[in-house]
Amino acid sequence: MALITYRDALNQALREEMQRDDRVFLMGEEVAVYQGAYKVSKGLLQEFGELRVVDTPITELGFAGVGVGAAVTGLRPVIEFMTWNFALLALDQVVNSAAKMLYMSGGQFNVPMVFRGPNGAALQLGAQHSQAWESWLMHVPGLKVVTPGTPADAKGLLKSAIRDDNPVLVLEGEMLYNTKGDVPDGEHLVPLGVADLKRSGEHCSIITNGKMVLVALQAADQLAKDGVRVDVLDLRTVRPMDEAAIVTTVRKTNRAVVLEEGWGAAGIGAHIVDIVQRECFDDLDAPVLRVHQAEAPMAYAKNLERAAKPDAAKTIAAVKRVMYLDS
Amino acid sequence: MTKTRPIASSTPPSGSVAAPAAPTPSVVATATAAPLPAGGVSDGASRTLHRELLRTMLLQRRFEERCAEAYALGKIGGFCHLYIGQEGTGTGAISVLRPDDYVITTYRDHAQAIARGIAPRAVMAELFGKAAGCSHGKGGSMHLFSREHNFLGGHGIVGANIPIATGVAFGIKYRGGDQVCLCFFGEAAVNNGAFHEALNMAGLWKLPVIYVIENNRYGMGTALERASAVNDIAERARAYDMPRAVVDGQDVLAVRRVVGEAVQRARTDHLPTLIESRTYRFMGHSMSDAVAGTYRSRAELDEQLKRDPIALLRAYMHERDEITEAEVAQLDAEVRAQCEDAWQFADASPEPALDALLRDVTIDGTADDGRHATGNGSQPGGASPPSGSTS
Repeated sequence: MALITYRDALNQALREEMQRDDRVFLMGEEVAVYQGAYKVSKGLLQEFGELRVVDTPITELGFAGVGVGAAVTGLRPVIEFMTWNFALLALDQVVNSAAKMLYMSGGQFNVPMVFRGPNGAALQLGAQHSQAWESWLMHVPGLKVVTPGTPADAKGLLKSAIRDDNPVLVLEGEMLYNTKGDVPDGEHLVPLGVADLKRSGEHCSIITNGKMVLVALQAADQLAKDGVRVDVLDLRTVRPMDEAAIVTTVRKTNRAVVLEEGWGAAGIGAHIVDIVQRECFDDLDAPVLRVHQAEAPMAYAKNLERAAKPDAAKTIAAVKRVMYLDS
Repeated sequence: MTKTRPIASSTPPSGSVAAPAAPTPSVVATATAAPLPAGGVSDGASRTLHRELLRTMLLQRRFEERCAEAYALGKIGGFCHLYIGQEGTGTGAISVLRPDDYVITTYRDHAQAIARGIAPRAVMAELFGKAAGCSHGKGGSMHLFSREHNFLGGHGIVGANIPIATGVAFGIKYRGGDQVCLCFFGEAAVNNGAFHEALNMAGLWKLPVIYVIENNRYGMGTALERASAVNDIAERARAYDMPRAVVDGQDVLAVRRVVGEAVQRARTDHLPTLIESRTYRFMGHSMSDAVAGTYRSRAELDEQLKRDPIALLRAYMHERDEITEAEVAQLDAEVRAQCEDAWQFADASPEPALDALLRDVTIDGTADDGRHATGNGSQPGGASPPSGSTS
């Protein structure tokens, strides 16, 4: 166990998986000579050479498709998008090729690959660089979508994603890369599709994922000072979603707030609330509330950006409302 | 079942032209409006080869005539794109491949699947939406697949198969193999970003892929001249420092020669090639498109019908005394019987069981637990299709 950054945890995962399986290679913009736009791939070119750590032209659709072709014929590509904002250019390959080839071929051709990169807003990057895509991506059968919120989960989920026989999308966070946490050395696998209770309390459940896990924990700390103890359920994987864990926490606390990074319309929270109303109808003591990004493209100005993003204060307010403590 | 695969050659075709030297590759073959070369002395090997090519093209033609019939009867649903008129390209190109090479194509894929050796029964059953289809009824007309034949699918989004082919070639190079990937697409795809992105990487990384443009002149109903700033579309290879060729797609032997050279270049030097095969679609774009009248004239179609790839090869073989009329009739009767057998088989086959609906959405488990070996792709047919997986 060592205290390392989220960035280094991802780097460890890539290095270890490339060491144990020579079918694994990393491809993307600036991953090799530049060592990664966010330095996640630092040192990998030196260790594995240019055949396995491949710089591409700025050609997202093209190299996403190259990954698909390599995967269906037996390799295990890790395709890095410099950010998921740029991955929109590649979505045809992600959605129409990677996600569907197994099904369209009647089970003959699976696509064992990873698409990964930072997702969601950082700081003042403006409208086109500040978007959280997990609700778009989790819509598609055939894909698995993971959103690690801590360094340990980043390592464990990425390693599992690389070993998975399906296309797995790993949504990281630019604002998470420098966060630190204890990460097990060597073999550390976090199973896909299994949520993790990051904090235990009995008054309310905060159900969240990805970058919002840290926000939820901040909110939980604040609430604890007021004597409100919450469950913080980190979904970790949003497709397939751990429905049993959602049902368990809601049945325990009878109240829930769903916290997500992206926009609200057809968001992850909408899906979670559907599960809750269906499975926990008689368990609820209050309507489930959602905290999400304001329904606007991300603004540049500091104050507007702050106002748009979900944060601890908004989460606390929502928890207090579902506990009828806000009046 | 009846063997339908054309002769596959693992040796260089005769009359190869050396790869043009980088960085200014030249056209290595040119289109010709002339009929097939005049007859000459025929040897046994070429006679056998020509018969196989003729058999394959006849089988494709009769098969798709039955497809049109089945579509009219409602036995085939959805979109259905026929290859009639273009048989020379797919047949000639695929005939030079080894079994361990790869083929990837578009939604106009029935005839290429047959040329690759997929049983007509399995193709027809797929078109009929039956469990015995080559994609188990989950793909349909546009998505024919066969792992056994390294046939990586019909793909329904114009241009999308081009980056995938490039990735297959990347994988071959990664493993140090000497296979090639043959990638078909229409001339309308060259205006698509995926084409340019993929060809740039293939040129940059020197990948063993052969891109075959099936230039049938129309992207649905939009003529090449109305869609592309450059009408000599093979020239686009210049932008990617890639050898290029133009070939008469109605001349199956010319296609075979030109693709054979490109395959050799890919196998030995890991060089990609862009080939423009000039052909013509005798039918509409799909079943809802009239054969002529809107975007092309009846006169144009009639003119093109004179250069039917099957008739041209037949005439060539007659000239060389390689086949008699009676033998052609016999061959035709054989492939018609094969198509009738495929129809009857498909018609009698059961639909997929309803539990297939949620099967093969994802694979459970990993390659490491031994349940689903994904193979390394270098041993075609070595890996059996995974089964029993669920979402």
